[in-house]
Amino acid sequence: MTINDIINPDNLVYTKTKVMNDVPMHYCPGCSHGVVHKLIAEIIEEMDIQNKTIGIAPVGCAVFAYKYLDIDWQQAAHGRAPALATAVKRLLPDRLVFTYQGDGDLAAIGTAETIHAANRGENIAIIFINNGIYGMTGGQMAPTTLVGMKSSTSPNGRTIPLNGNPLDITKLLAQLEGTCYVTRQSVHNVATVRRTKKAIQKAFENSMQNKGTSVVEIVSTCNSGWKLSPADSNDWMVKNMFPAYPIGDLKDL
Amino acid sequence: MNNLKNQHNEEVRLMKGNEAIAHAAIRSGCDGYFGYPITPQSEILETLMELEPWNTTGMVVLQAESEVASINMVYGAASCGKKSMTSSSSPGVSLMQEGISYLAGAELPCVIVNVMRGGPGLGTIQPSQADYYQTVKGGGHGDYKMITLAPASVQEMADHTVLAFDLAFKYLTPTMILADGVIGQMMEKVILPPFQPRLTEVEIREKCPWATLGKPANRKPNIITSLALLSEEMEEINLRLQCRYREIEKTEVFYEEFSCDDAEYLIIAFGTTARVCQKAVEMARTEGIKAGLLRPITLFPYPSRIIRELAEKIKGILTVEMNAGQMVDDVKLAVNGRVPVEFYGRMGGIVPSPDEVLEALKSKLIK
Repeated sequence: MTINDIINPDNLVYTKTKVMNDVPMHYCPGCSHGVVHKLIAEIIEEMDIQNKTIGIAPVGCAVFAYKYLDIDWQQAAHGRAPALATAVKRLLPDRLVFTYQGDGDLAAIGTAETIHAANRGENIAIIFINNGIYGMTGGQMAPTTLVGMKSSTSPNGRTIPLNGNPLDITKLLAQLEGTCYVTRQSVHNVATVRRTKKAIQKAFENSMQNKGTSVVEIVSTCNSGWKLSPADSNDWMVKNMFPAYPIGDLKDL
Repeated sequence: MNNLKNQHNEEVRLMKGNEAIAHAAIRSGCDGYFGYPITPQSEILETLMELEPWNTTGMVVLQAESEVASINMVYGAASCGKKSMTSSSSPGVSLMQEGISYLAGAELPCVIVNVMRGGPGLGTIQPSQADYYQTVKGGGHGDYKMITLAPASVQEMADHTVLAFDLAFKYLTPTMILADGVIGQMMEKVILPPFQPRLTEVEIREKCPWATLGKPANRKPNIITSLALLSEEMEEINLRLQCRYREIEKTEVFYEEFSCDDAEYLIIAFGTTARVCQKAVEMARTEGIKAGLLRPITLFPYPSRIIRELAEKIKGILTVEMNAGQMVDDVKLAVNGRVPVEFYGRMGGIVPSPDEVLEALKSKLIK
């Protein structure tokens, strides 16, 4: 068997999705964003809804999400993505409308917009990247930063008297009548990537079927912000983040 | 409600300025209204909820959780090429400033109504014009301008709603209707604008090729953003905006003159204050004082040219506002020292009386 036999198109079992643009990403090596972007792009292609999808990008590391996925995008003010998505979906009820937000965007500055969109049961999908840190601005404390976790604005570790408790906003969202599907996943190995893909697909299907608000939290790594190698970041996440943010479905109606 | 027909067989109705805006929005083919209650403009949202336009034209009406959410819902709707609007009063409009700056930066058309009340802070629910600076000098961050219409009657509340959408889409810019608590609350006769159908999605795709409605296979993705990290790119956007603002200044100036032809003294006022000043001009004329009134209808673009021209043939100008003196700055810039420019204002929600204005005209200019 020669190399040409192997790269024969008949043997092709995997290709990059066409919904992913062929451009270099600004994300750090080891960052979870790239994997989640790819999953969203694959699902949009598989569901054949590229012409019916409107993504809402946040402020944060994913502010440039619109560079990577070949769909129509709106880039929101910090934290306001669910407000934009609310209007878009109400005006275009047959479209897939999803927001893509980090923990600072969704659980700090945008808490009101997030909770009220979910409570109204807007037929949108919210993809929530939780890495417990502000990546874009250089590693400051986030609402989901763990107690004891160091960041540039909690240099000696987060303490409850000074900084308050980490906010488990996904648990809160699961209690709202408007949410139909709330789940927490990760993308640190092949099995979890597959589970996350299924979760995002379900969220997108819910949006298309106007079932209510779906929230997919993806507990993620930020090796630059955490000052750890990608592999060590994964281990640290499993050991420290998962006990605080347990993986699994919180609600599935 | 007594609906009478006038001589042209048009239906004349009696309603509040706020109600007129709600009716005019539906009739102008508005796709979405997003708002939060605040006195003295809550009748806009209330009237829309009463009229239920989603059952007739399909217009979406939503009570948002805050003014911050409202203006960002407008951003989302406008990004889809939809005719969208919000309304509020001064403290609520302060909350919207971030969103307005984003709308201006992303070059999105929309209509924002500010039925002004007295400030600063929570202030009062009584009428005011103290948001002039915030509106025309850029209340949000960055170099941007907003077309600003200043209605002085219930009829203009209705007419300006239609005009504001036309201007917003012509120049791809947020457009403000800057009213005050008097115009919002008072009842007058109004002839509502004719019904325009909402645009179909095919029409929107044609008219707004930038709209994010979902990407067909044969075009590039549409991306609505106000972000450009490269300085050269950001300057390019700024230059494009400035160029558009100059074009607006050239073509969209609206104002009204009253007894200006032979005037020796000119009063300049907008909105409710202009109506008070019109009465003061009439009273001055009966006393033999040749007074005239210029009422700016657009506050941006400002009618600087006509003020400059009038300044050549008059002895002095009195600017009257329901604030501490804001628009008077623009009058002074237009006059550029040719004649004295004086100011008379009331604050805290007080509407000046025609007697006060006449007295101020005499004491400050005629002496």
